[in-house]
Parts: sequence; structure tokens; C-alpha cells
Amino acid sequence: MQTALPKKVRLIARLDVKGQNLVKGIQYEGLRKLGDPNAFARRYYEQGIDEILYLDTVASLYGRNNLSDIVQRTVEEVYIPVCVGGGLRSVADVRRALAAGADKVAVNTAALKRPELITEIATAFGSQCMVLSVQAKRSRTWPGKWEAYYDNGRAHSGYDAVEWAKRGAALGAGEILLTSVDAEGLQRGMDLDLVRAVTAAVEVPVICAGGAGSGADLAAAALAGADAVACASVLHYGKETVAQLKQDLRDNGVEVRT
Amino acid sequence: MKVTVIDSGLCNLRSVCGALDHLGAEVAVTDRPAGVQAARALVLPGVGAFADGMDRLAARGLDKAVGDAAARGVPVLGICLGMQMLFDESEEFGRHAGLGLIPGRVVRLPGADVQGAPQRVPHIGWQALVPAAQGPGFGSAALEGAAGQEFYFIHSYAAEPAAGYRLADCVYGGRRVCAAAARGRVLGVQFHPEKSGPAGLLLLGRWLKLCAD
Repeated sequence: MQTALPKKVRLIARLDVKGQNLVKGIQYEGLRKLGDPNAFARRYYEQGIDEILYLDTVASLYGRNNLSDIVQRTVEEVYIPVCVGGGLRSVADVRRALAAGADKVAVNTAALKRPELITEIATAFGSQCMVLSVQAKRSRTWPGKWEAYYDNGRAHSGYDAVEWAKRGAALGAGEILLTSVDAEGLQRGMDLDLVRAVTAAVEVPVICAGGAGSGADLAAAALAGADAVACASVLHYGKETVAQLKQDLRDNGVEVRT
Repeated sequence: MKVTVIDSGLCNLRSVCGALDHLGAEVAVTDRPAGVQAARALVLPGVGAFADGMDRLAARGLDKAVGDAAARGVPVLGICLGMQMLFDESEEFGRHAGLGLIPGRVVRLPGADVQGAPQRVPHIGWQALVPAAQGPGFGSAALEGAAGQEFYFIHSYAAEPAAGYRLADCVYGGRRVCAAAARGRVLGVQFHPEKSGPAGLLLLGRWLKLCAD
């Protein structure tokens, strides 16, 4: 058997924002304020991060996304892809996010409520712009399966998360942002069974998030099939730098951008 | 240096305009043929589907204006879908004619790598440039020093330029994929230089300087 061709995995900094502050919680609860999101984004850019992911943590609760100002300031000094999510409900919302400077949008709640929105966004702006955010939590009722959650892991949809990711890609999502609700914020490693299940089920790239506490955790997700890995706490609390995480990824056999 | 960015009403222009502005260019945005006619250098960005992009250009008479500008020797830089639209035709959702400024066509990326294993489409990620057919010329000069540097790609289709127009490739799934092509002062790049960090800014800066010469 031939060994698989090497692939380059993207390292993404995930910045959860509440109001004007960068915040971080554990399993989406107990948010702590960490400071100015722009300063964090700029620092990670200078350290060589591959992409920035902004998530408005309260937007879907209030039905609006307040990230435009932050994104506008970010793209004035950060020349890498920026994805924005949280509270986007319509093509008009997406247009506003793109006008602010976002390259892609991540949609969860609104897509679960009305899956056609995925196709509408993909048709209007291209699939590359439409990232389906899937918050997956291990199901008690379906052994070995996960259920798709929304409203930051608070509400369950009744959808099998893997099937939902597949359906989302078929409807036009160009990428899946997969977050493990169980592992999120704990820094004890990512849910590798979940990573394997979703990356095997879809043909589009999968960004895996939730649970990374080290470069080795990120490498494990990459080797399990992730095309990109996102981390938050491990960077925000200054535990590791981007360069250190990339070196750890390389040391574990994962190719990354220099 | 004065640069005109073409607004086909589809994409995030803030990034490309911001990067050009950061490099000291005087940036104008236009969605009218008159704006294109007055341009000294043109940037054609774009995301989304090929036919939709061409329809949007045609609806405003921008397709002909860009062709006329290129014929007068005005430098044109096509980015991502903007690059693909420079070619003769694309097979995305049926066969559609492009601007015909660089000979060649646009085809879908295969769903399997050279070993037959499934590969992700769209191709999203940072890839190093590999020179394809270096030689003297405007396009080669713009890409000088870019070989080996990594740039950000996000695409499901890729150009297959006719012989002699291919400038650089990237390697995806073990295959060479066209990353840059040029004909005269018309240059297309499949990657996003405005989203490729310092390497992308360097490339844009070099292009601006060539346009000013």
C-alpha cells in the first residue's frame, strides 16, 4: 500500500468575541474577558497564523452580529483569510460581513433552522464563502453518534451531526467548521472519533476545533483527517506561540506553512 | 501608482483595496467602462461562479472595456475567479466563454489525487509556487522571487493555459495545478496575494512597481 500524499494543514486562531472583547469559556460557558480582539489577531498574524476565525458568541442569542467594526479594523493590518460567524441569518447579513472585509462566513443556527440558507449563500457568493459550522455533542440516545447543537452548544437540533455535515456540503457549503461541544475549552485533546467520522463523510475541507491544549493535540486531529485545526485557549493564555504550535505539528509529522 | 479595481458587485473588495493602499498605491474602484478606460493599471478580483462573474462584467459592458484596455497594453491583474475569467472558456456549470485574454481553459479540480485517494475540493490552503515556464516578460518579472514562497489558494476550478502562457504552478494531490499565467501585461494568479501575508504583499508591490515603469 502506498503511503498517503502529504498535505499541508492550516492552523487557525479562533477568537470568540462578546461585545468589543475577546472572551474564552469552557464548553461555551463561563466566558472570561481577555482583551482587544484586534491586538490578539495582529499578534497571531505577526507570528504566522494561517487564518483568523472570529465568532460572535452572543450574536445568535440576540439575533445580530456585532463584529463588523472589529473585522474592518483587522483587515487593515492582517493580510490573511478572515472568517466570521455568529448570528448570521440571511444573505443580507452575509453581504454586510463580506463588506466589512470577511472572506468567509460560518453559519450554524440559521442553517439548522432553514437549510436552504446554505444554498442561498453559496449561490450568491460562492461555496468558498459558505462555511457550515457544526457544533457536535456526543449523543446519549444514539450510541457512538453525535448530535448537532446550536446557540453555542445550548440547544439540540435533533440532527445527527455527521449526516448534517454531509447534507450541508451537498447544499453548497465549501467547508465545514467542526467543533466538539464536549471537548471545547477543556484543553484535554480533540474528539478524534468525531474528526474521523466527519472527515470521512464529506468531500469538502474540514476545520476541526475544540479541545486543543497543545501542538500534539492539534497534530492528532490533523493525522485523524482534519484539513485545518483551530485553537483558542492554548494561544490566548500565552501557553504556546504560533511558531511553537507549528513546530510541534511538524515534529508530529504534520506539514504546515512556514 | 494609480490602480483601478474592478467592482463586479460580488466580492470583498476591502482586502484587495486595503493591501494596495497599504503598499502606497492610489486606489480607485469602478463598475463602469469609463472608469476602466481611464485606468493605468487594472485589478480584476473575483470569487464565486464563472458564468455569474462573466454575466456581471457583461451586464455593465466591463468585459469589452477590460479587453480594450489589455489591447492598449494596460497591465491587468486577475485574482482567483478574476484570473480564470482571463481565459477563453470554463467548464464550470456548462461551457462558458471568458474574456479570451490568455489562451487556455478552466477545468474542475479532480476529486482524487494521483494515487487515486479522495482529495478535498475546494482546494483551500497555502501552497508553495513552483516555476513552470520562466522567461523574460512582465509576468515573470512580477513573480520574481516568489518561487518557493507560500500563497493562499481557495478554488474548485483551475486554469489550463495553452503552451507558453503558464508561469507557475502549485502542487495539490501530487499534481501540478496552474497558479499563475500571463500574456504580455495581462497576468492572472489563482491564489490571493492580498490574503497571503508578507509574501503576497511583496508580489503585489513588485507588480505595482512594474506597472509604474
